[in-house]
Amino acid sequence: MTFDASGRLPEAFLTPGGSSFMDFLAGHAPDLLPGRRALGAGDLSKDVPHGTTIVAATFADGVVMAGDRRATMGNIIAQRDMEKVFPADEYSSVGIAGSAGLAVEMVRLFQVELEHYEKLEGTTLSLDGKANRLSALIRGNLAMAMQGLAVVPLFAGYDQDVQGGRIFSYDPSGGRYPEQFFHSVGSGSVFARGALKKLYREDMSATDCVTAVVQSLYDAADDDSATGGPDLARRIFPVVAVVTADGYQRMPDDQVGDIVDSIVGARRDRPDGPNAPLS
Amino acid sequence: MSVPFYVSPEQLMRDRADFARKGIAKGRSAIALQYADGILFVAENRSPALHKVAEIYDRMAFAAVGRYNEFENLRIAGVRLADMRGYSYDRRDVTGRALANAYAQTLGAIFSSGGEKPLEVEILVAEVGASTAEDQIYRLTYDGSIADVQGYAVMGGPAEQVSDYVGEHYQEGISLAGALRLAVDALGHDSNEVRQLTPDQIEVAVLDRTRTQVRKFKRISEETLARILSESRPDTTPAEPAVHAEPSEPVDGGSYESTDAAPSDEGSADDAPVAPPEDDVPVAPPEDPEDDRPL
Repeated sequence: MTFDASGRLPEAFLTPGGSSFMDFLAGHAPDLLPGRRALGAGDLSKDVPHGTTIVAATFADGVVMAGDRRATMGNIIAQRDMEKVFPADEYSSVGIAGSAGLAVEMVRLFQVELEHYEKLEGTTLSLDGKANRLSALIRGNLAMAMQGLAVVPLFAGYDQDVQGGRIFSYDPSGGRYPEQFFHSVGSGSVFARGALKKLYREDMSATDCVTAVVQSLYDAADDDSATGGPDLARRIFPVVAVVTADGYQRMPDDQVGDIVDSIVGARRDRPDGPNAPLS
Repeated sequence: MSVPFYVSPEQLMRDRADFARKGIAKGRSAIALQYADGILFVAENRSPALHKVAEIYDRMAFAAVGRYNEFENLRIAGVRLADMRGYSYDRRDVTGRALANAYAQTLGAIFSSGGEKPLEVEILVAEVGASTAEDQIYRLTYDGSIADVQGYAVMGGPAEQVSDYVGEHYQEGISLAGALRLAVDALGHDSNEVRQLTPDQIEVAVLDRTRTQVRKFKRISEETLARILSESRPDTTPAEPAVHAEPSEPVDGGSYESTDAAPSDEGSADDAPVAPPEDDVPVAPPEDPEDDRPL
C-alpha cells in the first residue's frame, strides 16, 4: 500500500474509475489481493487450517445459513470455535469452506467490495450482482486452489426483486450456480445434504428451518471427522444466520442452544435423528 | 521572445481565492450541526440523485458545496482512502482526522500549483463519537485551510447570513427535531426575503450514534422529513390552519416566523455575499443545461 509522503491523496484515488474496490486494489495495491501471492511448489493443503461444513436452506420469508465451528489441519483440530458464516452486507450472508486463512481474507474483501459499491453508487447491487462479484473473487484464487488452497463459499441472501431467499454455490474455479431450496459445501456436505433432503419442506417457519439445518449439521458431524458437532460441555454451537426482508440477523447463541438441546435430547432416544415418512 | 507580465504572488493568490470564493457563493448552503445523539446534515438541494451529503465510513460523513464534479471526485477519493485503510488495518483505525488531513493537503496543493484551476469547493468531514464531546467536524476550504468546528458549520451560498441565523438560535444538546427545524429555517433565511423550503428541496442525513449498526450514517427520507417538520412547527406561528394540515405543500414564504426573523435579516444584510441566489432555478445540471451554477 502506498500513501503519498506529502499526505496528498495519491493520483490513483482521484482518477475516475469503476465502483469496484477489488479493481481499485488490483491497480493500486495488488499485494493486498488474496490471490496474487507467489507460493512454493507442491500441495500445501495439509499445512494450513481448513474450514468444513456450511449448510443453507430457504424458507417462506428468506434463507437460513449455518456452519459448524471446527477447523482442521490434517488430523489435528486447529480450532473448535471458528466462525465460518458472515454477513456479506445487510441482506446477504456468506459461508466458507476450504483453506481458512484465505477464506476469511476473501470474506473481508467481499464485504468491503459490496460496501464500497454501495457508497460510491448510492444503491446496493442486485443479489445476482453480488453473487457474480464473489465469483470473480474466487476465480482470482485459481492458482492457489490448484495447490490445495481452495476456497469454496456458499452465498445466500434475500432478493428484493423476487422477495425471497436465494442460494448460490461455487466451484474452486469461480463457477457460480443458483441452487434450489437448499445446499451445502465442505467436507461434511454430502452427509448434511442427505439429511436435509429428508427433512426439508418448502413451507417451514424460520425456527423449523433452523432446526432442520442444525439437524443436518449434526448428521454431518456424525459421519465426517472434520465437521464439529455441537459442543455441549463448552456450549459451542453452530453459527446460524437468518436473512429475511428485515435484513441479516445472527441467531443469538442461547436460542441456538435451545434448539441444539432439544435435538441432542431427541437423539438419545433415536441416535439417527427423526424418521422421515416412507411415502 | 515575449516577456510574460509580472504578477505578484499576493495578487496571484488573491485572484485564485476570489475565483474559488465566487464560485462557491453562487450555490446554495449546507449546514452541519451537532445534536444530542449525533451530527445532522441539511443541505438545500433540488436534485434527488446528486447528493451533497454522503457516507464515507462507519462513523464518518462528507458534506460539500460548490462544483459537483469536483467534490464528487474528492468524495470518491475519500471513500477509497477510508475503505483501503479499513481493509489493510482495521475498521477502528479509519479516522476523520486522517481523512481531513489528506483532503487539506490535496486542496492546498491544487490551490497553490500554477497549472491547475483551484477547486471551487468547500467540504466538511464529520466523525461522530461516543458522546457530543467526542464528535469532530472539520471544515475545509478551497485553499486547503482546515478548521476544527464545534457546534455547527455552514458553508456555500450566502453562508454568513445562514450562519448568523443558526448562531442566534442554536443550543447545545438540541434534539434532532429541533436541530432539523432550525437548519431548515436557517436555509430559508439566506436573503432579505425569507423563504419557506419544502421537504423536496432539502437533503437531510444524520450520523446517529445510537444506531446499533456499525455504520452510523443514515439518510432521512422526504416523508420522514415532512413528518418531523410538521410536528416541530411552533404553535406561535400566525398562520392559517392549512399550514399545519399540509406540511408538504409549499407554503407562503413570508408568513412563517416573519415577525422574529425580520430583525436578524436586516442586521446581516449589509455583508451579503456577491451573488445571492435566485429562487426557482434548478441546481442540478440535468434539469437545465444552461444553468452551470455549482450545487
